[in-house]
Amino acid sequence: MCCLHASAGLAQNEAVPAFKTLDSMEARVQGCVTCHGQSGQGTLSGAFPRIAGKPAGYLYNQLIAFRDGARQYPPMNYLVAYLPDAYLREMAEYYAKQRPPFEGKDESAADATLVARGHDIATAGDAGKGIPPCVACHGTRLTGMEPGIPGLAGLRANYIAAQLTRWRVGSRHAAEPDCMKRIASRLSESDVAAVSVWLARQEAPKDASPESQNLVRMPLACGSQR
Amino acid sequence: MRTGFRIAIGAVVLVILGAIGLALLRPGMLPQTSPSATATATSATTQFLARGEYLARAGDCVACHTAAEGREFAGGRAMATPFGNLYVPNITPDDDTGIGKWSGDDFYRMMHTGISRDGSLMYPAMPFASYSRVTREDSDAIYAYLMSVPPVQQKNRPHELRFPFNQRDLLVGWRALYFKEGEYVADPKQSAQWNRGAYLVEGLGHCAMCHTAINRLGGSRESQAFEGGMIPNQNWYAPSLTSRREAGLGDWSIKDITDLLQVGVSNRATVYGPMAEVVYNSLQYLSDEDVEAMAVYLKALPQRDSEAPPTSQARLVSPDVMETGRKVYATQCAMCHGAEGKGQPPQFPPLAGNQSITMASPVNSIRMVLNGGYPPGTRKNPRPHGMPPFAHILDDAEAAAVVTYIRTAWENSGTPVTPAQANELRTLLPE
Repeated sequence: MCCLHASAGLAQNEAVPAFKTLDSMEARVQGCVTCHGQSGQGTLSGAFPRIAGKPAGYLYNQLIAFRDGARQYPPMNYLVAYLPDAYLREMAEYYAKQRPPFEGKDESAADATLVARGHDIATAGDAGKGIPPCVACHGTRLTGMEPGIPGLAGLRANYIAAQLTRWRVGSRHAAEPDCMKRIASRLSESDVAAVSVWLARQEAPKDASPESQNLVRMPLACGSQR
Repeated sequence: MRTGFRIAIGAVVLVILGAIGLALLRPGMLPQTSPSATATATSATTQFLARGEYLARAGDCVACHTAAEGREFAGGRAMATPFGNLYVPNITPDDDTGIGKWSGDDFYRMMHTGISRDGSLMYPAMPFASYSRVTREDSDAIYAYLMSVPPVQQKNRPHELRFPFNQRDLLVGWRALYFKEGEYVADPKQSAQWNRGAYLVEGLGHCAMCHTAINRLGGSRESQAFEGGMIPNQNWYAPSLTSRREAGLGDWSIKDITDLLQVGVSNRATVYGPMAEVVYNSLQYLSDEDVEAMAVYLKALPQRDSEAPPTSQARLVSPDVMETGRKVYATQCAMCHGAEGKGQPPQFPPLAGNQSITMASPVNSIRMVLNGGYPPGTRKNPRPHGMPPFAHILDDAEAAAVVTYIRTAWENSGTPVTPAQANELRTLLPE
């Protein structure tokens, strides 16, 4: 018992390696758990993002991009450098099926004008700047769309802002036509802050599943949906 | 008489029919449907090219000559060296920017002597000191294979080496000190299998590039062959293949060695980092026979116990550090590696009695604790188990304590590591 007590101080339990059967995907993805959590719920208050329930196609595209260097984050590039396509696909499908509970929404103090601007961009877009609403592709519940559009529910403002900024400066990109690049390049820095803060403050969806493909018509053509 | 004659004729006919039937039914005697000379020639060419591809894999050409997201063999990959960046050249058969205009003679001269087609001396990042051992026949097969891949027009990027290392004339001195030209000469006292292994390890495998220490001039001495060393700019330690305290394989079974080389995991250890790249790009594709030959040769390397085991003084660990290490281990590590460090081989490697944990350099163990790692996904192990990073969970003192713990617990003969050592590796990007 001494050790179990000691463990609480050393790490979050949901991020400690654990599995039931050695020959299982659960055991094989232990390489992911100290950052993304045992069920892909994300850790360190979202500094390591939630990956659970995102569409398998999206997760697979990211794993391939990390392996081949199209998306740069050295700890991830290193971990998946020598893993074959089929196995990365299997990992993606494993996390796409996970449905861990969401952490509480962000309730820290925020500038009301900023949040209002974020609400407008996310739900209605900004026609004047050619920015479609987030919900048009990422879903009304913000749970993403099969096969390639990620859910935004459960992500923290810092993570979303960092990704949008990477897209704006061109260090993150996706399959052509790269719709997210077109959108991010139309966002100002304060737009990025506004939309990130608003997204992180939304209630967790009751049904975390992504929307089916082509349930709605998308405002921009996206390579990752082909 | 007439009846007898008829029977005789009948018997002859039966014999002839039988002979024809036998001739038709015996394998190899059937008339061939496509015995044309062209088909035979194509098949010989195919075999030659397949052999070239196999040998190019054994030489791991693709690992250096392909950039991330780049076209295969088109070069452009930056190779960081202590002397500045080298940019690996295009070896696709493009006439203008690749090796399209090279002849088989040019290619062999480059492999054998480290002299390029234009007469310039090559930097020893190209392992020509090893490739010099390759036979003319094998060089020709690799050349033929490279000529058969799609040409890519991509100009070579000039190297960015600091003075004085950008003076190619200096290479004359380097060659005099460290380069011995010559094809592999079989040792008649050894078996054909040992000789095949030696040929692959010393030649195309270019194992000495990492497993023999590199000095300040970027050279390695033959007298220190396979004695291990830090890999410059990658900050992984390539263990000695001749020391029982490191990766000496003298008391390993052949099966464990071939598993490590070809599968990437074994009952005694697992490959990560630069060796995972070698297994992923090269060794997993080698035949069972060739990998076994390499194992036989590696196992038979003379084991030099040049290093005395650490004194009990050097192994002293403060009880506080040991207790911190034990707690971290019980919480984070025991699930996979077992309370007694026995692991769950081959999926999760043992730590008790594992030379790579106890060897003098703790660099690899610290890196694994900080960054985790997946073994390569190979043909014989396409879905490897992996280890997560702990850099964000353990501070320097905790990381040092748990590495100290696994190096000294369970009768392991390693020495403690300091928080400063953990900190030094934490600041490096994983690769």
